[in-house]
Amino acid sequence: MKKKKKLTLLQKRSLMGYLFVLPWVVGFLVFYVRSLVMTGQFAFSDMTIDALKGGYTLDFVGIENFRYAFTVHPTFKQELTKSVMNMLIDVPLITFFSLFMAMLLNKKFPGRFFVRAIFFLPIILNSGAISEAMDLSMKMMNGGVSTQVAEAATAGNTMALDVDYLVSMFMSLGLPASVLDYIVSAVARINDIIAASGVQIIIFIAALQSIPGSMYEVAKIEGATGYETFWKVTFPMVMPHIITNVVFTIVDSFTESSVVDLAYDVAFTQYNYGLSSVFSLVSTVITCVILVAICGFIQKRTFYYN
Amino acid sequence: MQKAVAKTNYIQNIKAAVQNVDTRKKLGNSVKNIAMTLMKIAILVGVGYVILSPVIGIIVNSFSSNSDAIDPMVFLFPKQPTLERYSLAALRMDYVPTMARDLFYTLTMTLLQLLICSMVGYGFARFDFPFKKFMFGCVVVMIVIPSHTIMLPLYMTFREFDPLGLVSLIKGAPINLMGSTIPMYIMSLLGCGVRSGLYIYIFNQFFRGLPKEIEEAALVDGCGVWYTYFKIMLRNAMPAVITVTVFSIVWQFNDTFYAKLFLISENVVISKKIATLQSVIANQDKILSVTLQELYLDAGIILVLLPVVLIYLLLQRYFIEGVERSGIVG
Repeated sequence: MKKKKKLTLLQKRSLMGYLFVLPWVVGFLVFYVRSLVMTGQFAFSDMTIDALKGGYTLDFVGIENFRYAFTVHPTFKQELTKSVMNMLIDVPLITFFSLFMAMLLNKKFPGRFFVRAIFFLPIILNSGAISEAMDLSMKMMNGGVSTQVAEAATAGNTMALDVDYLVSMFMSLGLPASVLDYIVSAVARINDIIAASGVQIIIFIAALQSIPGSMYEVAKIEGATGYETFWKVTFPMVMPHIITNVVFTIVDSFTESSVVDLAYDVAFTQYNYGLSSVFSLVSTVITCVILVAICGFIQKRTFYYN
Repeated sequence: MQKAVAKTNYIQNIKAAVQNVDTRKKLGNSVKNIAMTLMKIAILVGVGYVILSPVIGIIVNSFSSNSDAIDPMVFLFPKQPTLERYSLAALRMDYVPTMARDLFYTLTMTLLQLLICSMVGYGFARFDFPFKKFMFGCVVVMIVIPSHTIMLPLYMTFREFDPLGLVSLIKGAPINLMGSTIPMYIMSLLGCGVRSGLYIYIFNQFFRGLPKEIEEAALVDGCGVWYTYFKIMLRNAMPAVITVTVFSIVWQFNDTFYAKLFLISENVVISKKIATLQSVIANQDKILSVTLQELYLDAGIILVLLPVVLIYLLLQRYFIEGVERSGIVG
C-alpha cells in the first residue's frame, strides 16, 4: 500500500494502461507468439500424435518436410502459384473497382441508403458455409467432381453474352496475349471482385468523407476540371487508405485461397502435421513478402496530408 | 447617326452571340449531366444486379413447387408457390433451437469482442506506457498474419487444454475442449477472436479522435478511470461500437474456419448444417432428384441468412454513418 502511494500520477496512468491492454497481451503471447514458434518447430520435424494418452512427439528431421513439399508433393506448388497469381490479379482490380464504386456511392442521390444496403450485402452473403454448400450441390448435380471440368468448359454458353465473340474481337485489335488474358480473367471474375470488395468500398467511402470540402471549392475556383480534381485532389487524399485496402485485400484473399484448404486437408485428413506447417509457413512468408513489397511500393508514392 | 445605329447593332449582335453560346453551353452541360446520370444509374443497376441475382434466384427456387422446378416456362414467379421447402428444411436443420443456440453464441461472442477490443483500443489510444508503439505494431501484425498459420498449435493447445498445469493439477489430466465453443470464448476473452485485431484497430483510431477534454473534465469531477471508460468514453464511441457490432455479428456468424478447426458442434453453428443439408434430405426423405434437393438447400440458405440480414438491415443506417465517422480509416 505504501509503495503504491509513492507512484506518480503518470506512473499510475501507465499502470492503468497496462491493465487495459493486458487481456490482449496475454492472448497475443499465448495464441500468436507461442503458436508461431510451434509452427516453426512442427515444420522442421515429424510429428506423431498419441491418440490414446494425448500429447505428441516431435522427431527433428531438418528440412525434409520442405524438400517433400517442393519436390515430391503433387499439388502444392500449383496451388501456391495459383493462389499467388489470383491474388496479384485481384488486388489492383478490387482496389480500383472499390474506389470507383465508393466515388459513385459517395454522391448524394435519391435512394442512396437503399443502394448502399445492397452494396454491402456481399459482406453477409460471402459466407464460407454457403458457398461450400453451393459448390457441393453443383458437384452433386453434375454427378461428381470429375465432371467439373466439362461443366466449366460449357459455362460460357449459358451466359447471355457471346463471350467468344468478344474475345475474338479483342484479339483482332492486336492486343498482346498477356494483356488479353488479364482482361478476360478480369471480366470472368467480376462476380468475385464485386463480392470481395464490400469492406474496401466502405473504407474508401469513409476516406472520401474525410476530405475537407474546401479543397474541392478551391479546385473549382481555380478552374480545375473534374478529371484534374480527381487526380490532384481526390486521389492523393485517399492514397493512404489504398494501403489499408491493399493489406486487407491480400490478407482476405489469402485466407480464402486453396493453399489454406490444402494445409487444412493435409493436417486433418492425412494427419501429416509437419507438412501442413510447412505449407502454412511458406504461404505466410510469401504473403508477408508480397505485402511488404506492395506496401513499400505504394508508400513511396503516397502523399500524407497530415 | 448611322454610326451610332451600327454600334448598337453591333453590341446587340455580340449580346445575342454570347447568349447563344451560353444557351448552347447550358444545353451541352445538361446533356452531359443527363448522360453521366444515365451511365451512373446503368452501372449501379448492373452491379446491383450482379450482387442480387443469386439471391433472387435462391428466393425464387425456395418457393417453387415440384412442377415449377421442371417447368422451363417458370421464371422469377413460381406458378404454384409453396412453403413446403421451408418446412422440411427447417425440420431437418432443427431450425429454431439450433438458430437460437447459434444466435446466443454469436451475440455473446460479439459482446465479448466489443468489451475486450474497446478496452484494448482505449488502452492504446489514451495511456502512455513503455513499449506502446511496439505493442501496437504487434496488433497490426496480428491483423496481417493469416489465421491458418497458427491453426495447428491452436488445435493442439485446446485439444490438451492445460493452462499453467492448473487443469491437470485439479483433474489429473488435461481436458479436451474440442467440439465445444469454449476455445472460441477463451480466445475472444483474450482479444484474439475472429478478426479481433481489426476491431482493436478501429476502436483505437476512434478513441484517438475523441477530444481529451471530456476525460479531463471527468477526472477533475472525481471520476475513476473505469467509470470514465464505461460511462463516458464508450457512450461517445457509438459509431465505432455499431461498426464493430455489425462486423462481429456477420463474421462470427459466417465463420467456418474456427468452427471447423475446433470441431464446434453443428448444433451450435448452423452454417455447418447447411453444408450437409442436401445429403441429409436426400437420405432421410428419399428425395432423389437433385433438382428438388437443390430447392430444399435454397430454402435452408434463406432460413440461415434471414436473422443476419434482418440484423444488418436494422443496423445498416447507423452502420454506414458509423463507418463514415469512426476511425476505420487509418
